[in-house]
Amino acid sequence: MAGKKTLTFVLMDPPFETPRSTTAIRLIDIAVQRGYDVNVFAYEGAVNLAFSRQTPHANAVHGRDVAEEGHPVPREWVAEIFKQAQRTGSKVDWVQCGLCVDERGAGEWISGPRRGSPADLVKFTETSDNTLVIPTR
Amino acid sequence: MARYLIFGSCDPLEANDTARCYDVAASLAKEGHSVTFFLVQNGVFPARRNARSRALAALTGANVTVLADEFSLRERGITTDRMAAGVKAAPLDVVIDHLAEGAKTFWH
Repeated sequence: MAGKKTLTFVLMDPPFETPRSTTAIRLIDIAVQRGYDVNVFAYEGAVNLAFSRQTPHANAVHGRDVAEEGHPVPREWVAEIFKQAQRTGSKVDWVQCGLCVDERGAGEWISGPRRGSPADLVKFTETSDNTLVIPTR
Repeated sequence: MARYLIFGSCDPLEANDTARCYDVAASLAKEGHSVTFFLVQNGVFPARRNARSRALAALTGANVTVLADEFSLRERGITTDRMAAGVKAAPLDVVIDHLAEGAKTFWH
């Protein structure tokens, strides 16, 4: 595709904690919708964004079951990004920092992301049109 | 002349160093760079006319383009008719435009 761009996103925040995770997913989604190739380097708590055992819950206080509550889990957002990429021809290379995964015992993740290291991040930055680092505070 | 995209994701009332980010943006613009300051998440709070809006007015006065994420504004009930002068609502797509065009970025 003429003019196809490659963007890299560096994510650090764990899910369920800050709006930065949501903003990051929104940005990645837009890039994928455009058919851009997208690299993601998830490190520290961000490796849990794709953790496969995330489970939506009911809300007993409000008397809502799981379906009614519709509690979002980030692994579904990540999975949707990979599905979207298949539709748009975007290549998504989502790397889970291996050290960060091991520290957290977070080795179970959904289909799509792969295990990697900071060396992948270096390669990403060298081969991308641009890189956005979304740091934690 | 370089192109910069700076993210303001913090409410200045909860993060004092936000003012330093505004200063960096204004300084870069003063040096002749093209600077866009993109407010997102709680960073959009000063986009609603209030005591902290003067800092944003100073930014626009310094030739910095100040944009506020439409989604973040909507989440926080900030309507465009209550926004500070010079600040424009924008979709997040603008960020991808800037990234694709090679803008230098930093996130606060």
